[in-house]
Amino acid sequence: MTDEHAVRAEAVEKRYGDKRALDGFDLTVRRGTVHGLLGPNGAGKTTAVRILATLTRLDGGRATVAGFDVTRRPREVRARIGLTGQYAAVDEVLTGRQNLEMFGRLFHLGGRRARLRAAELLERFDLTDAADRGVDGYSGGMRRRLDLAASMILAPDVLFLDEPTTGLDPRSRREVWESVRKLVEDGTTVLLTTQYLEEADRLASRITVIDQGRAIADDSPDGLKARIGGDRIEIVVTERAEIPHAMKAVARVAEGEPEADEGELRVHAQVTDRVAALTDVTRTLRDEGVRVEDIGLRRPSLDDVFLRLTGHRTETEKAA
Amino acid sequence: MSTLDIAPEHGRAYWLLADCWNMVRRGLTHYRRRPASIAWQLGFPILSVLLYGYVFSGAMRVPGGGDYKDFLMPGMFVMTMAFGFINTATLVVHDSTKGVIDRFRSMPMASSAVVAGRGGTDLLVGCAELGIMMLTAFAMGWRPDGGWSFLAAFGLLLWLRFALVWAGVWLGLLVPDPEAAGGLFGAAFPLAMISSVFVAPRLMPDWLGFVAVWNPISSTATATRELFGTPAGSGGSWVEQHALLMAGVWPAVLTLVFLPLAVRRFRKLGA
Repeated sequence: MTDEHAVRAEAVEKRYGDKRALDGFDLTVRRGTVHGLLGPNGAGKTTAVRILATLTRLDGGRATVAGFDVTRRPREVRARIGLTGQYAAVDEVLTGRQNLEMFGRLFHLGGRRARLRAAELLERFDLTDAADRGVDGYSGGMRRRLDLAASMILAPDVLFLDEPTTGLDPRSRREVWESVRKLVEDGTTVLLTTQYLEEADRLASRITVIDQGRAIADDSPDGLKARIGGDRIEIVVTERAEIPHAMKAVARVAEGEPEADEGELRVHAQVTDRVAALTDVTRTLRDEGVRVEDIGLRRPSLDDVFLRLTGHRTETEKAA
Repeated sequence: MSTLDIAPEHGRAYWLLADCWNMVRRGLTHYRRRPASIAWQLGFPILSVLLYGYVFSGAMRVPGGGDYKDFLMPGMFVMTMAFGFINTATLVVHDSTKGVIDRFRSMPMASSAVVAGRGGTDLLVGCAELGIMMLTAFAMGWRPDGGWSFLAAFGLLLWLRFALVWAGVWLGLLVPDPEAAGGLFGAAFPLAMISSVFVAPRLMPDWLGFVAVWNPISSTATATRELFGTPAGSGGSWVEQHALLMAGVWPAVLTLVFLPLAVRRFRKLGA
């Protein structure tokens, strides 16, 4: 694999009936990096991953993974990838160990090596104690870890993680993140889809934002945040007359003009140093005797990203 | 970059067989981990043999005389083999609604092994079903001819099961959820009743008898009755006269129809 790109998609099209799931989708992922694919539900993230993992055929365009064309050389691609989907793709009836040994044999390791590899991965993903219990008794986090372990049997060149932490509690989420970091240290390239800006920010060195089947931004996490603005400070006052005072207090730390929402008695502004800004504003408000209902900091959400990049809210937001 | 490379020392055919065997192993391990499901699958045929055997035996008559038990048992074997496709379909639909099929499809294994493995597992279970039913029948006084003709009958029954595995796989991939698979039983029941499984078609209304005679499973029923040494006086139609031939031909036709459909449907999962 001499290509410096582990994944390359050019103008990929996929239609389901009248709906265009992917509409000229482009993506390049550099080897040895974690690349985030960020977008709301229905943006085309899963379709993109399924096409790259050879599970779904593309209708137009071209895609290569680990140097092989996904349409013409699917077998070569499959020998070099791992996939962890939104739903743990493991056998519910078998035990964790039986799952990994079976997948190992199906990866043609042979019985002995499959057993060794299974034991190794169970240890690494902290599943040794649960190894001989049925997967149907596993917690969500354990399933996801087993699923990750199954994706790692061949130490893949490229690992696809399709919303690996959706539906997990914060502790399991951190465990999954930790596992992903370890994989990358070993040289695996990771394409991670997520709805959470925070997750992409923590793991990825580059983020592609996808909307309605097209890539609408491709940037580093910092670059992306710079484009959408950083954290915001928010103050809710007790009555309308207090709004100008709050505006004045916020203006001292804000980047650009503070905005006011009279109906909700809310004043908000973008800030750079979040903690210093909060301390400063709190002190000023107290000194001036402004009566405040609530004060806080808010990280930009996926919806902020979309509003800024596309001018429209995410589909899920509209539906809600 | 891979630290573990795919073993190169074997050819494609070897790995196809190995993949199939691994999928059969998976199927059998499922039964080992869920003994209740195999108990039900083997228990139902026993129960059927006992119920139909004792309830109907006194009341039913066989054209040309003879014991109804001798008429019924081969029919019961045929019905169990024929209904096997519902089990196949149910297992396939359970599997295909789970992510594990996606993992199989994203691996460098032979994708046909997923379908073939299901078939292999179900044939083994079919053997067990037949064996246990025959023992039950034997205990109730059924005495077939031994020897080669017995083995031939056993083979014809499995041949029918084999052919319908592919119908089961195809239907399992076609229906949307496990609940819908349960509905297959309702569709299959008339197919089993309008045949020579329980009643000689001669005793049915003419038009129904005609359908029953041409029902593929009737040929297997008539053929196995002959091979077990308890031929029932069957009608004079061509298809009944050539039951042995047709018991070989029908499943071949079914396989030719449903195997490509099943494989195509499985491949289309990626459309």
